[in-house]
Amino acid sequence: MIVYLLTLALFCVGIYCVVRKRNVIKLIIGVIIIEYAVNLFFILTAYRVEGRAPIFSKTQDVANMVDPLPHALVLTAIVIGLATTALLVGIAMRIYEKYGTFDITKIRELRG
Amino acid sequence: MIPAENIIPLFVAVPLAGAFLMPILGKKIKGVPDILGSVLTLTLFALSIFSVKLVNDYGTLVYAVGGWKPPIGIAMVMDGMTSFMLVTVNLMAFAIAVFSINYMEKFTSKWKFYCLFLLMLAGMNGVVISGDMFNLFVFLEIASVASYALVAYGTEKHELEAAFKYAIMSSVGSLFVLLGIVFLYGYTSTLNMADMAQVLAQKGGADIVIMTTVLFLMGFGLKAALVPFHAWLPDAHPSAPAPISAMLSGVLIKSLGVYAICRIFFNVLGFTPEVSNILLFLGALSMVIGVFLAIGQWDFKRLLAYHSISQIGYVILGIGLGTPLGILGGLFHLFNHSVFKSLLFLNSGAVEYSTDTRDLKEMGGLIQKMPVTGTTSLFASMAIAGIPPFNGFWSKLIIIIACVQAGRYGYAFWAVVASVLTLASFMKVMKYAFFDKLKEKWAGIREVPLFMKISMATLALVCLAGGILAYGKIDEMFLSKAADTLLEGVKYAAVVFKEIG
Repeated sequence: MIVYLLTLALFCVGIYCVVRKRNVIKLIIGVIIIEYAVNLFFILTAYRVEGRAPIFSKTQDVANMVDPLPHALVLTAIVIGLATTALLVGIAMRIYEKYGTFDITKIRELRG
Repeated sequence: MIPAENIIPLFVAVPLAGAFLMPILGKKIKGVPDILGSVLTLTLFALSIFSVKLVNDYGTLVYAVGGWKPPIGIAMVMDGMTSFMLVTVNLMAFAIAVFSINYMEKFTSKWKFYCLFLLMLAGMNGVVISGDMFNLFVFLEIASVASYALVAYGTEKHELEAAFKYAIMSSVGSLFVLLGIVFLYGYTSTLNMADMAQVLAQKGGADIVIMTTVLFLMGFGLKAALVPFHAWLPDAHPSAPAPISAMLSGVLIKSLGVYAICRIFFNVLGFTPEVSNILLFLGALSMVIGVFLAIGQWDFKRLLAYHSISQIGYVILGIGLGTPLGILGGLFHLFNHSVFKSLLFLNSGAVEYSTDTRDLKEMGGLIQKMPVTGTTSLFASMAIAGIPPFNGFWSKLIIIIACVQAGRYGYAFWAVVASVLTLASFMKVMKYAFFDKLKEKWAGIREVPLFMKISMATLALVCLAGGILAYGKIDEMFLSKAADTLLEGVKYAAVVFKEIG
């Protein structure tokens, strides 16, 4: 149970970071933290009590295998996260070139 | 004879192959990006029309990816709703690709634009045809990541700022969707939508369904720009190049947001009165707040972006009613809105192309110099304001009648109010931009090039003739098929499993 609560705590840290922080880089880190929390939670749903590695063989019992599917899915989710992060960092670099700052309170020409 | 379901993966494969070929061929040979972009989108449009016929002949089609039989393997499902969305998406994509031939001349390296454009198209088509929860998420992210890059395409100050804001908010939204999928997977141990609906129906709706409902409403509501989650849209849509603004406002928010909401809430989780009330409330809120914010705008594209929020409100209001007429009206308005809003964004692009400004106060009398742009814009404005005989009138009428039939008089009243305010704000656009006296500094401007005119004229004709879709035989084949898919609710599972055999 404690693991799930820790994942929730990580998720909340990420949300707090995205909502409260004023620095472009810290915002990106916030998104990454949320993503990791979701991925961790996804892996946790695969866990079975006393489970063993999901390798199929005739001598072993299928019943106590952990669920292998979420591991494959999380790999995909990590790759997607990598693409998003790379793009976000790229945009952040361009923003720094144009505005000369990472502070989002100073980067606000669009409003209304 | 090839089985009919083999057409389904083409909707993803064709644009993906195009996006792959574009950097290889388009970088070296001039003219290839234009031809490849237009030909591929035309092919996709033709295929999507053909898919309407297939669905009418064979009913629901299921394609098993890689030959693995669903629910173990990944399924791609084609039913009435899917073919309806495919026609909408690919018609707009074709018109916009033709428009871009001339418009994108002012940017360097067109092939990059077309590459991202086709990737986004692949993502949107993928979301629409996917019958698997996780696959839906993957395609959603493909379309979203391509759209972040396209919003930042100009790499000027405003574009970058808007793209960053959009990317942060939209990625958090996607993560909420993923979290919802994780909860559902943990409960049902399956990712196939049909199987999931069946397991949920057997196990009974637990608290987990309420939890995922909230997560999906947040995630997809953010993609669809419903009001509490709309803050990114008025920045992101105007900052992109005009064809992309048209694509984002016209189809991206619908295929990623509205379609996903429809599919999941009607066919997987089951449509409950609570969800109906939430959707009705959010729809009415978006409708009214969007139009109030739009009226005060002087930037042409920003005004249109706020109207997108308002019109999405109509679509959600119609669908949220849950009655056959309401769903029909909502889907009809979805199609119509993508036609006239794309056209209006293309018009704003044409004006920007000739005069290099987006400020309504600086324009004036442009219809004298740009007759095609002015006339098509007049058509689109009348359509969005709901003036008969244009398509917007019929769909708004159906939605309002459906509200009254369902006894929701308050919502019907707000729908009428929002429609009147829309008319007011487009009278402002028409007066300041196209009619009035021609300013001296615009004496030398010229009408836009040929391909832009063709694209705008085509969409204007669809606006004029769009009302025919809700009439008689065409309605039965196209719109009602889509509405029926949603109305059958969680019976969707039985239909899909019958097809798998």
